[in-house]
Amino acid sequence: MFVVVVGCGRVGAQVAHGLVEDGHDVNVIDQNAEALQRLGGDFPGQFVQGVALETTVLEAAGIERADAFVAATNGDNTNLVIAQIARDRYLVECVIVRVLDPARAAFYEDKGLVTVCPTRTAIDRMSQALRSFAGSNAEAG
Amino acid sequence: MYAVIVGGGKVGANVGRALLRMGHEVSIVEARSHRFATLEAEFEHMARYGDGTEIFVLEAAGMGRADVCIAVTGDDEDNIIIGQVARDHFGVANIVARVNDPRNQEHFDLLGVAPTVCATEAILSLIEHEVPQHSLVHLFSLRRENLEIIEVQVVEGSRAEGQSLADLQMPSGAMVISVLRNRVGRVATPDTVLGPGDQVVAISEPGQESALMELFASE
Repeated sequence: MFVVVVGCGRVGAQVAHGLVEDGHDVNVIDQNAEALQRLGGDFPGQFVQGVALETTVLEAAGIERADAFVAATNGDNTNLVIAQIARDRYLVECVIVRVLDPARAAFYEDKGLVTVCPTRTAIDRMSQALRSFAGSNAEAG
Repeated sequence: MYAVIVGGGKVGANVGRALLRMGHEVSIVEARSHRFATLEAEFEHMARYGDGTEIFVLEAAGMGRADVCIAVTGDDEDNIIIGQVARDHFGVANIVARVNDPRNQEHFDLLGVAPTVCATEAILSLIEHEVPQHSLVHLFSLRRENLEIIEVQVVEGSRAEGQSLADLQMPSGAMVISVLRNRVGRVATPDTVLGPGDQVVAISEPGQESALMELFASE
């Protein structure tokens, strides 16, 4: 499949690399030219520098023929807007959006977006670890 | 009426002042601490500190009982999200959103955040009105209502020249509301007779441009 990834930070760059290793075609968008360094010199896909809210940038990265779209910039609202543009304007079949704020993530999940919320994951995992510690302590005590 | 204004810059603060003068209830949400301090000095408890794209901040500002949400931050993506959350999460009936970059207008339209106001577009319309480069100018759009206000100049030798409005065969879906002559505007009446150089202001459904050009601006 062909995937467009927006935001080439820790998350976006690693997702892009993983997809390439699995044999997929990937193009990456980031507003900073330096973000290209995270991809490394051997990255086979295209890197487009620009603001993803601009349709010319999305189209330069090939969104019109994308099977999947990943919104992973460090701005929740930017991610939510470009994800909806990918879904509703370019009819991309699979759209995944990173949202740090759990409340907004839940709201847009209800509206049909596939959201990934690292904060929610951290809350759940920490609570789970503490509960299991409390549980084993109670048994021991 | 209760209005929640998100974004307390010049636009938000002035809209807030105007609504208060009209006797309405207002809250202004501002995320920049320095700007918030200035707002609080003037608006006291009506100024609220926080990121207006966070649901709990809007909740605390009383978005749940707002009659209108006015999203006027300097970021278009924020204004879109504020509009969607106000409408779909809080059930606010009326949304007004600011478009900072006119290239983002299509995103507001696509994602259902309307009506919108764009200063750049408004200035361009005014320039067109003052210094017309085209004989037909879009003065104002009511996108959600699917109406626009158009100005078109009457050209000498056109079908409209010399006709009274009563006799004028306007395209269906368009109506003359005013005629500007020598920079003075008058509300149109059936016996207004059109002369060359008159600026006709019409309210119209979209897509009537060529019919209006054909009537007023073709010799």
